[in-house]
Amino acid sequence: MPEAGALSEFAVELRDVSKVFGDIVAVDHVSMGIRHNEFFALLGPSGCGKTTSLRIIAGFERPTSGEVYIDNKPMGNTPPFQRNVNTVFQSYALFPHMTVEQNISFGLEMKGVSKAEIARRVGEVLELVRLPHMAKRYPRQMSGGQQQRVALARALVNRPKVLLLDEPLGALDAKLRKEMQIELKTLQREVGITFIFVTHDQEEALSMSDRIAVFSKGKVLQIGTPLEIYERPTSRFVADFIGETNFLTGRVTQVDGEFAQITTNGGATFRGRAMPGVRAGIEATLSVRPEKVQLVEQPDDSVNCYEVVVRSIAYVGSDTRVVVMLGENRIDVWEQNTISTLDPNYFFKPGERAWLTFKPENALVLAE
Amino acid sequence: MAKILRVLREQPGIRLAGLMAPGAFWLSVFFLVPLLIMAWISFLSRDPLGFPTPPLTLQNYWEIIRDIRFAPSISLADGLAIRLFEGLYLELFWRSIWLSLLSTVITLLIAFPVALFMARLPPRYRNLALFLVMIPFWTNFLVRTYALQFMLRSNGPINTLLRALGLEPIELLFTPTAVMLGLVYGNLPFMILPLYTSLEKFDWTMIEAAHDLGADTLRAFQRVMLPLISPGLLAGSILTFVPAIGAYITVELMGGGRTNMIGYAIAQQFSASVNWPFGSAMSLLMMIIVTFAAVLYFRSGRGEYRNAI
Repeated sequence: MPEAGALSEFAVELRDVSKVFGDIVAVDHVSMGIRHNEFFALLGPSGCGKTTSLRIIAGFERPTSGEVYIDNKPMGNTPPFQRNVNTVFQSYALFPHMTVEQNISFGLEMKGVSKAEIARRVGEVLELVRLPHMAKRYPRQMSGGQQQRVALARALVNRPKVLLLDEPLGALDAKLRKEMQIELKTLQREVGITFIFVTHDQEEALSMSDRIAVFSKGKVLQIGTPLEIYERPTSRFVADFIGETNFLTGRVTQVDGEFAQITTNGGATFRGRAMPGVRAGIEATLSVRPEKVQLVEQPDDSVNCYEVVVRSIAYVGSDTRVVVMLGENRIDVWEQNTISTLDPNYFFKPGERAWLTFKPENALVLAE
Repeated sequence: MAKILRVLREQPGIRLAGLMAPGAFWLSVFFLVPLLIMAWISFLSRDPLGFPTPPLTLQNYWEIIRDIRFAPSISLADGLAIRLFEGLYLELFWRSIWLSLLSTVITLLIAFPVALFMARLPPRYRNLALFLVMIPFWTNFLVRTYALQFMLRSNGPINTLLRALGLEPIELLFTPTAVMLGLVYGNLPFMILPLYTSLEKFDWTMIEAAHDLGADTLRAFQRVMLPLISPGLLAGSILTFVPAIGAYITVELMGGGRTNMIGYAIAQQFSASVNWPFGSAMSLLMMIIVTFAAVLYFRSGRGEYRNAI
């Protein structure tokens, strides 16, 4: 164990943290390190343990076992009001009986900061969240987006080591949400504070985060950059949860170096990247994203080329989404419309035969 | 008919007046008129039988304040600590206010944890808890007070138990403590219910937010919870204080007339002492004092917490 206070790579670290409520394991032996000044997302479906993990970091919940380190110091039973972290709540939790100014001042008052200093910092942070004229308003007199910014300001004004955000954009409509995503990301770069961000929206996580931890059923399945999470998911759950993908189950017949060969239940044999845990003889899943599959009119001699029947076709502008059947297996293919044409014959028709093909390096063989 | 309905629809003023008419009529006939009659009587003289009769006089009010004199003192008797003035009726007013305030505070201290507990119950148990709080209302207050009297008697259950445990029995009945007990017992539901209503609506994320911003439990309570539940706190306090100050049955049965309070003294003017004009003057003065105190109390609360909820 590193010495308390010693420099560490991590702003926050969870070591083997579990949380049990009654007979429900909300967080199951989670270990992860969040680096300084990182924008880190906890991503997963509802009830996966991401919010509980955030609450454990904030100190609202005590881990049943394991330990949380903030700035390399074990938190133990440190109550939330003695931790150098601040939270932006999903419901914002603004104090309804206080003005914007009083809400934002609250944390500084609790720390005994002088009146003049409070006034200066409140002014600063209101500029930062672009609400300089709203100081005297009450939360209920503001829109959702404005309340959201007040919640941010109220947390940021304390200059915490880490800012915890619990689905902060969840209550906003789609358009405002997109704006706030960009704003939050910009803000994080400006203030240089570590952000830990809980979301169930994979697109939000991909577009905003430096790294993502994907949660399922209380466990962290994978931690990585958005690119790693999307292009190299290590489990079927992650591949499925992030973006769209086709799965074909079968048995691994051969593993050679980076690649594995899998024979699907329909009898077709494919090659793809062998992901961790893949051995010859095991049941496995081939995962290939729709945009990485091509449909051609004539078979070529590549390894992953099989004849399919077109079942349906949907033109969505930027691309054409084709559903084809490989025996009993349904496969989605997204073809980018790189050619501008008005010719309806350019596209496949339902019932037509075609050949699908994809490169082995664009497909993954997953052990689970 | 249709025409009347149209007028009602188009004239919100008339519609409002129509809606208020039954209540206004009721209050005028059974509250305002008697109050005015009482005010009138308070300025009348007393005939040989004690009933009001002309001429008009200020004698009744003078009677109340005439023996007040400046006499600073400190005493611990009757829970009365520091006094600046002395006077028979002043004493009575002051003790009534003081005992009522004390009973309000004690009631609040007992009611708060109960209301908090109820508000934190899983929703399906909350209605049951509410039901339990309201069960005493099924029994007449007089009967319940007799039951309480029986409990406190020198050979009642409490003292029997004490004796069985080999302890000295205690004289409870007809003491100020018994009056306090009766007041708190009687007013407890009126404090619990409004407090519960406020606490049940309370968003506990507010406390987490306060903790998150560095407030310890006490400061989170003071700065965030207290202001947000103050409507219930104010309502409960008024609903406890006002009945306490006018208490009659409790003072009579629990105090046995030995712990005098204003409500009891007034009742006596209308019965045993037969002095309606004097009783009316005391009632009116008490009413003015209580109303004044209540307005001040609401003002102090509203000024700070006007924007709560």
